[in-house]
Amino acid sequence: MKAPVLEIKNFNVDYGLGDQAVQAVRDVTLTLHRGEVLGLAGESGSGKSTLAYGVTRLLPPPGVISGGSVIYHPPGGDPYDVMALSNSELRAFRWAETSIVFQGAMNSLNPVHKVSTQMLDVIRAHEPQLSSEARVARAKEMLKLVGISADRMDAYPHQLSGGMRQRVMIGMALVLEPQVVIMDEPTTALDVVMQRQILAQLVELRERLDFSVLFITHDLSLLVEFSDRIAIMYGGRIVEQAKSADLYKDSLHPYSEGLLKSFPALRGPRRELAGIPGSPPDLRGMPTGCAFHPRCPHAFDRCSTEIPVLGVPEARNDPNREVACWLPGRVPVG
Amino acid sequence: MKFLLQRIAFYLFTAWAAITINFFIPRFIPGDPVTSLINKFQGQMSTEAIQSLYVLFGLDKNASMWSQYIDYWGQIFRGDLGLSFTFFPTPVSEILGQSLPWTIALVGITTFASFMIGTSLGVLAGWRRGSWLDGLLPVTTFLSSIPYFWLGLLAITLLAGSDSFFPSSGGYEPGLVPSWNGEFIGSAVQHSLLPAITILISSVSGWILSMRNMMVTVASEDYITVAHAKGLSERRVMVSYAARNALLPNVSGFALSLGFIVGGTLLVEIVFSYPGIGYNLFQAVGSKDYPLMQGVFLVITMSVLIANLIADVAYLLLDPRTRKEG
Repeated sequence: MKAPVLEIKNFNVDYGLGDQAVQAVRDVTLTLHRGEVLGLAGESGSGKSTLAYGVTRLLPPPGVISGGSVIYHPPGGDPYDVMALSNSELRAFRWAETSIVFQGAMNSLNPVHKVSTQMLDVIRAHEPQLSSEARVARAKEMLKLVGISADRMDAYPHQLSGGMRQRVMIGMALVLEPQVVIMDEPTTALDVVMQRQILAQLVELRERLDFSVLFITHDLSLLVEFSDRIAIMYGGRIVEQAKSADLYKDSLHPYSEGLLKSFPALRGPRRELAGIPGSPPDLRGMPTGCAFHPRCPHAFDRCSTEIPVLGVPEARNDPNREVACWLPGRVPVG
Repeated sequence: MKFLLQRIAFYLFTAWAAITINFFIPRFIPGDPVTSLINKFQGQMSTEAIQSLYVLFGLDKNASMWSQYIDYWGQIFRGDLGLSFTFFPTPVSEILGQSLPWTIALVGITTFASFMIGTSLGVLAGWRRGSWLDGLLPVTTFLSSIPYFWLGLLAITLLAGSDSFFPSSGGYEPGLVPSWNGEFIGSAVQHSLLPAITILISSVSGWILSMRNMMVTVASEDYITVAHAKGLSERRVMVSYAARNALLPNVSGFALSLGFIVGGTLLVEIVFSYPGIGYNLFQAVGSKDYPLMQGVFLVITMSVLIANLIADVAYLLLDPRTRKEG
C-alpha cells in the first residue's frame, strides 16, 4: 500500500454547542493515500460535505470541530496536524497543500472579478516571490490544461458556461499543484455529458500532476468507475470502506448494498432496481445502536442496542476492507 | 458604450419633461406672480410698470403659450432664470450661484463623509457580526430616528449660543466679506460644524445598516468560502471579495443621495439659517417668489438626474454583469 498523505483520525463535527448540538460527523477515521482517488458516498445529510469542510477548517458557524485530528504528510517533510495549525500557517496550508472544488460550480467564482484576477490572487498569496509574468504564464498554462483557452482569462464568470466555470475552478484548484484535492460534488450542477468530460479530464490531470483526490458525491455509480477506494457514510459515520471493485462486487454493509441496488448495471444479468426504504435519519434524534437499523432488512436485536465498530470483517481476512455491521461474518476481528 | 448612450438619451428626455413641467405648473396655478408683486408694492405702480413686469417675468399676456415655451427654453440655455421678487431685481441665476456652493460644500462633504464612515463601519460590523460592533446598530438607528429639525434645534439649544464655540446660525461671521482667505474659511468651517455633525448623526445609520446587512448576505456566498479556502488573507477576503460585492447597492444609494444633497437640505438650512439653496427655497415659498422657486426646482431636478446618471455609470464600472457587451 502507498504512503498516506492525509489521515483523518476520530474526527467529530457538531453543529451548535452544548445540549442543542447536533453531531453531524462522528468518529470518522479515513486515510487518503498518495496518488489515489478516494470516493466518499452517502445520502444527503450523511455528513460527507461537513467532513470535507471540517478537514479544511472551513466550517461555517455554528459548525464546531469537537474532536479528532487530521494529519497531513507533506512530501519529504514531517507530518503535522492541520487542526493544530495557527491561522497564518493554516492560510499557507490551504490551497497550496489541499485545495477544494466546491459543489456550486455557478457560485464559486466571484461575479465581479475577472477569471484572471481570481486565479492570480491565489498565486500571489502563496508565492509572492513570483514575477507577475510568471504568475500569468502559470495561470494560462493551467487553464489550457483544463481545456479553457487563454483568452478567457479576461472573461467574467457570467460570460462562461457552467461547465467552463467548473473547469476554471478545477484549474484554479490545481494551479499551486497541491498534494490533495477535495472535490465536493464537483459535477452535480452539470449535465451528464459535461460530467463525463470533466471527470475524464480529471483522471488525465491526475496522471500528469500526481495529486490525491477525496471525491465526495451521492452518485455511487460514478465512484465505482472513477475511484480507487470507496468509503460509504451513513448518519455521520463511515459504515464501510473497500476497494471500488470489491465494494461493487461484494458489498458487506446492507446500506452499501441498498445504494448499489438503486442504480442499474450496464453489464451482467438484468436485476430488479430497489431503493432503500425509509428516509435518512434525523441527526437530532439518531436511532440507538446502528443508525441504519430502522431501515435495514437484516436488522436484529443487537443492532438497536450497540453501535457497530468499523473494522476488518471476520469473514474476509482482507486488511483493505472495513465494515461496521453486526451481521454474522461481518463483525470485526478481535 | 451603447448602454451608456441609451441612458444619456433617457436622461435627456427626462430632463426635457421635467423642464416642461417646470414651465407649465406655475402657469396653471391660479393667480400669477406679478399680482403678488403688485400687492407687495401696495398698488403704487403705474400700468406701464405692471405691463413691463409681465413682459419681464415672461408672463406677457399677448404672447401665446407656445411662444412663451420657446422663449423659456431660450432663457434656460442663456442661463437666464428671470428676476427674483424677494431680492428684486437680482436675477435668480445670480442668487442660485451664490447659494449653491454653500449647499454643495456643507451637505456634499457631509454626505460623502457619512457614506464613507457608515460603509466602513458596516463592512466591519457585517464581517465580525456578533461582536461588539453590532451594538452600534441600535444606537445609530435610534439617533437617525430622531426627526432632523428636532435634532438640529436640540443641538442649537444645547451647544450653540453667544458664548459658545458653535455659532447658531449663518454660514460665516456677519462682518466678514466672502473671499478665499484663512479668516473667512475658518469662520465658514466653524459655522458648518454643527449642521454637518447633525446631518452625519442622522444619516450615518442608514449606510451602516444597509452595508452590514449586505455583508452578512454576501458572507454566506460560495465564493467567500472559496476565497477562504484559497488561503487568502482575512483582509483580502473581506475587502476584495465580500465588501467589493456588498458595496454595489450602497453605491447606487450613494449616487441617489447625491441628488438629494440639493433638495434634501431644506430642514438643515432652515434650522441653521444656512445661506444655501434650501434656505432660498424656504424664503421663496414664504414670499411667493415664483421665479426663484422655479429656479430652485430646476436645480434640484437637474441634480437628481445627474446623480442618477452617475449611479448608472458607477454601477456599470463596478458590476461587470450590467455591461451588455461580450
